[in-house]
Amino acid sequence: MSTTQNTDAGPRPGSAQTGPDTGEITVAVDAARESTTRAGGAGIPQPRPESPAAPVPAGPVTMAKALNAALADALSADAGVVVFGEDVGTLGGVFRITDGLAARFGTDRCFDTPLAESGIAGMSVGMAINGMRPVIEMQFDAFAYPAFEQIASHIAKMSNRTRGALPMPIVIRIPYAGGIGGVEHHCDSSEAYYAHTPGLKVVTPATVTDAYLLLRAAIDSDDPIVFMEPKKLYFSKDRVDLDALREQYESGASAGAGPRAALESGGAAVARTGTDATLIAYGPSVPTALAAAAAAAEEGRSLEVVDVRTIVPFDDATVSESVRRTGRAVVISEESGFASVASEIAARVQERCFHSLAAPVLRVTGFDIPYPAPKLEHHFLPGVDRILDAVDDLQWED
Amino acid sequence: MSDDVRTDIAEAARSFGITPEDYMLPARHLIRIVDQDGKVLSTEEQGAEPGHDYPVPADEDLLEAYRRLVAGRRINDQNSALVRQGRMAVYPSSHGQEACQVAAAACLGEGDWLFPTYRDTVAVISRGVDPVEAMTIFRGDWHGGFDPRQHKVGIQSTPLTTQLLHAVGVAHAARLRGEDTVVVALCGDGATSEGDFHEALNFAAVFHLPVIFFVQNNQYAISVPLARQTVAPSLAHKAVGYGMAGERVDGNDLVALLAVLERGVRLVRGGAGPLLVEAHTYRIQAHTNADDATRYREDAEVQEWLAKDPVKRMRTYLTDRGLLTEELQSRYEQEAEDIAAALREGMNRESTPDPQDLFAHVYSVPTPQLAEQSAMLAEELSREEAS
Repeated sequence: MSTTQNTDAGPRPGSAQTGPDTGEITVAVDAARESTTRAGGAGIPQPRPESPAAPVPAGPVTMAKALNAALADALSADAGVVVFGEDVGTLGGVFRITDGLAARFGTDRCFDTPLAESGIAGMSVGMAINGMRPVIEMQFDAFAYPAFEQIASHIAKMSNRTRGALPMPIVIRIPYAGGIGGVEHHCDSSEAYYAHTPGLKVVTPATVTDAYLLLRAAIDSDDPIVFMEPKKLYFSKDRVDLDALREQYESGASAGAGPRAALESGGAAVARTGTDATLIAYGPSVPTALAAAAAAAEEGRSLEVVDVRTIVPFDDATVSESVRRTGRAVVISEESGFASVASEIAARVQERCFHSLAAPVLRVTGFDIPYPAPKLEHHFLPGVDRILDAVDDLQWED
Repeated sequence: MSDDVRTDIAEAARSFGITPEDYMLPARHLIRIVDQDGKVLSTEEQGAEPGHDYPVPADEDLLEAYRRLVAGRRINDQNSALVRQGRMAVYPSSHGQEACQVAAAACLGEGDWLFPTYRDTVAVISRGVDPVEAMTIFRGDWHGGFDPRQHKVGIQSTPLTTQLLHAVGVAHAARLRGEDTVVVALCGDGATSEGDFHEALNFAAVFHLPVIFFVQNNQYAISVPLARQTVAPSLAHKAVGYGMAGERVDGNDLVALLAVLERGVRLVRGGAGPLLVEAHTYRIQAHTNADDATRYREDAEVQEWLAKDPVKRMRTYLTDRGLLTEELQSRYEQEAEDIAAALREGMNRESTPDPQDLFAHVYSVPTPQLAEQSAMLAEELSREEAS
């Protein structure tokens, strides 16, 4: 494991022992900054083919800044948008994604709630019933579980139960997944719980540009969307002009193939073209897949990388088109593999591409264990070597 | 404590000439205006204390509420009969609790919202929802049969207590827009053990929202008695822990319920913050037709509560006061019969939900996957039709 950023993304000495919540969170933020700086240094993520050409040379922007800008622009564009959760007001969120929003838009538009996730989600239901577009923050993946009943029993089902009378235009933002040396309950890949719940859409960006555009589209969508933010990518950087992105989004210039369409019918993107096999990844695994493809290229193997972007709705067309072309596929995700999103993707690919496949579709995922302690997480996370081993297993000799 | 107490509570307390602590704590006794024999209690016996006294509603409001009470009883019993006849899958009856049901709807203005549970069908109908539309959930056509926004009534919630947070959200959104909406959120005694009860009351109190949490304490959560839910002095006492006021009222005394809830609506609309009202009542029938109440309670207890029947009590009271004539009584009974007939007719009408509706409102636009599944079902159905 020489090239992946996961191998050395452990915490600073002693960080796992930090006691009080605030200290622990600070460590998580710092660790995220550290690890993603390293990821950025490895040239990840790559600008992708369909990224808009910036009109003026743009400075480096972090994913955190892009998400912050998307929230601010959505608050400006629609008076019904409200942002709330734990520590999102004065503090600006433990990852600073809501930084400055309360000061700029007032505490009616961006506010702290009591520390209760079911309360946050349940209140968002009522606010949506009464005409608002709530954007709620769950502070960490595993801390969203108290909200699960409100999410699964009401947010996901309300439109269906009322035959469309009560749509739920709610965005549930969840920092998720590992790779930051976080202590337990701060690193879960919980996407399968939401993806398995009909009525929810599940979206996860892997690039700075996608973070902005997909969050804007999620807030404008009338469907409830679980917006999963790979926390190890929060401080990854890309040269992006946020003003141009805003203009592009608000003018609807990218309608059709744009982020709104992606949320309606699925919007996977080819992050790197290749001819020999397809790596299918999303969120935190996309930079890892790109690093694996770069390493494989040095050995003369051309790997395509497809960034799923919208887990629900899943873009069968883009994924299948790629796999039919390459004839081989590996699905990569950080979640435990059993009954996972990766399993679903593998099943869909085999159903649709069976006659084009030269080898079984393989999965490279986390082990079927609780998320490990920081010093052991690099054994758990899919890394470049494990991905390349899977690629090697795709029956090249047959 | 007085130094820290919130301004809204302090002001409400001051308007009654009592301390904030006395404002938040329920009165020492259940508020009851009419006893179980239909006799008006003396002021001393009503359980009221300074700051906890309640004006008796106007005569025409009492008669209107009684009209709905008579209808509510008939609706409950008609629906239970329809279940026995196999016309409906299930009906959680509020027989015995109709005074609470009627009062919960009667205290609200047109722009206000009601958030009911599965047992609150009579409250839903009292609020103006068409009885057949209200019963759609139990006939099995769909999960809900009415438009919540049209009537400002939430969908009847089966997951316990979750609807209290929806009430909080509706109230908060209204407040952000500067509207003076009051929201009444209903739940039962068992629901007070759920985490969402705590979260909803706390959110409402912290955000100073005009929400009345109206708990119908009918003594049982299916089979489990109140003693297994709480050892608090009363459910209303939980209010003080959130910094809101709590009230206890006889849930079979429609006059007291209207007095307490109408005063509550005035208070919370005026900015006094949320309110918790606990009504003592009794679920005369089993939880649903699938339940056997004889396994967990004695008949003597049921008989005791039958004697406290809210309909009979109100009829005696209004008759004694000369407000209810035989002619009015016959008219109300006839109206109730008409509603029951409409329910029978509506529920006996054959309904065939369109299978394609299964895919219609999962998302605002069906995803490609749902479009595929919808096409598959259509093909199955056309094959069935052909064979």
